[in-house]
Amino acid sequence: MKLITAVVRKERLNDVLSALFEASIYGVTVTPVRGHGGEREPVQTYRGLTVKMELVEKVRLDIGVTEAFVDPAVDAIVRGARTGEVGDGKIFVIPVDRVVRIRTGETDAAAVTPLEPA
Amino acid sequence: MTRRPSLVVAGALAAGPTTLVRAQSAAIPPAPAGDIAWMLTSTALVLLMVVGLAFFYGGLVRRKNVLNTMMMSFVALGVVGLTFTAVGYSLAFAPGSTWLGGLDYVFLNGLNTSTAAGLPSLLAFCFQATFAMISAALISGAVVERMRFGAYMLVIALWSIVVYAPLAKWVWGGGFLQQLGALDFAGGTVVHINAGVAAAVLALVLGRRRDYGRKAMLPHQVPYTLLGAGLLWFGWFGFNAGSAQAANGLAVLAFANTLLAPAATLVVWALLDLARDGRVTAVGLATGLVVGLVAVTPAAGYVSPGGALAIGALAAVPSYLLMLWRARSRLDDSLDVFAAHGVGGISGALLTGLFASRAWGAPVQGGLEQLGVQALAVLCALTFSAVGTLGVALLVGRLVPLRADAAAEAQGLDVGMHGEEAYTDGEGALLLPATRLEPRAPAVGVPAGSEA
Repeated sequence: MKLITAVVRKERLNDVLSALFEASIYGVTVTPVRGHGGEREPVQTYRGLTVKMELVEKVRLDIGVTEAFVDPAVDAIVRGARTGEVGDGKIFVIPVDRVVRIRTGETDAAAVTPLEPA
Repeated sequence: MTRRPSLVVAGALAAGPTTLVRAQSAAIPPAPAGDIAWMLTSTALVLLMVVGLAFFYGGLVRRKNVLNTMMMSFVALGVVGLTFTAVGYSLAFAPGSTWLGGLDYVFLNGLNTSTAAGLPSLLAFCFQATFAMISAALISGAVVERMRFGAYMLVIALWSIVVYAPLAKWVWGGGFLQQLGALDFAGGTVVHINAGVAAAVLALVLGRRRDYGRKAMLPHQVPYTLLGAGLLWFGWFGFNAGSAQAANGLAVLAFANTLLAPAATLVVWALLDLARDGRVTAVGLATGLVVGLVAVTPAAGYVSPGGALAIGALAAVPSYLLMLWRARSRLDDSLDVFAAHGVGGISGALLTGLFASRAWGAPVQGGLEQLGVQALAVLCALTFSAVGTLGVALLVGRLVPLRADAAAEAQGLDVGMHGEEAYTDGEGALLLPATRLEPRAPAVGVPAGSEA
């Protein structure tokens, strides 16, 4: 069991989701986040006030997967999120002790396996 | 015929030799204070339409482009204000041929505040200037979320001189469409058909947004759009009733028709929504309202209130259907300027030919013959606007790039073009001391592991 956490550009979210769905990965949590990834900070001006935006708006995806889906998920995210410019984001793959599906109490692999379409 | 020309003539005379003014002032009585007050008010109302339009369009785009979109309307106030002062007004309303006005009024030369013979010529200019501003701003709806701001300014500057001014001459300044007998009370042809066609042409030259057809690009602030539509309606009373050029019964008729036509359009639009989907949409109602206003514009002073209701109701259908088609087409006229203003304007112009009523003060009775005249005027305006706008767009495209680069388009043009965000809480924004305002090299060589 792994938790894949990815931070990607906001404007690439749709592409990332499409790529994940194509790879049959359907369970995903998306959070708006702000961060700094070494990209050049845009300078903004409001009347006399000039500021440097240190934090850039990004989205974070959290996906729980079984081992077999780790590589397809990572590939899909890279495929969807890459522009080639600094600021494309990161993917972290983290070991997970236990996953529980709240509705049924199923655990681990069963908990992250999508239901068969009715 | 609209009373607009009489105002222009008064302006021309006031600017002419003193003897001529004296000789003619018996024919044109001094302007009553009420007329001047109403025209000043109307001018301010039309100006408010540009603000309304900014909100109408601003609500319809994604949040990363809202400032850019609203600024496209606001900057038209400045750019067209200057070009119309410099040459636009003169080309439209100074004495000249039936095709183009002369240069007598360049930089407001000869215009004054005299009320001795009709309305002051300077007031006529102000009223007309606001029409030119809103026309240019209308175009922006077709090019939002992808056009470079500087290129846009250049396009509307040239367009207001090369396309708008001649068309205003043809329809209002004693030009050939006016002599033909085409009815256009407040500017359905010059403002709406013209801007609608120009919008479609510019969208074609510019190309589609990179996300078009790939992502759902949804309105980010529908309440803005409703607010904008309401402000447009409010300002439109100045646009239509002000085109009576006086505080009189004609203004009352135009006012009533401006109240009634959109009401009918709104209801028909809601019914079409209901029939199609079972639900009435807010964006739909706001759009329908604008279509109704556009359609009644050429008719406002020429049709009965009942006629205005009919025009409003009928005009909903073609614009509604075109918008359904357009959204699935490859034409990225992003905010449907052509469907709302182009097609709404054409519907209005044609229906004016059918519903014009002598009993309500129209110079001719509506019918098939007048419908033909209207159709011809529409065709002329359409062709001229398309060709003229294409020329302007291609010319500017050779001078500067028209489109924002892919990165700016993805990031949003608010930051990409203006270095500002519409909705920011300032978190993560570091104040830069004045000494660091010089352009700096991009940050490079960030140590590995320092980023998250």
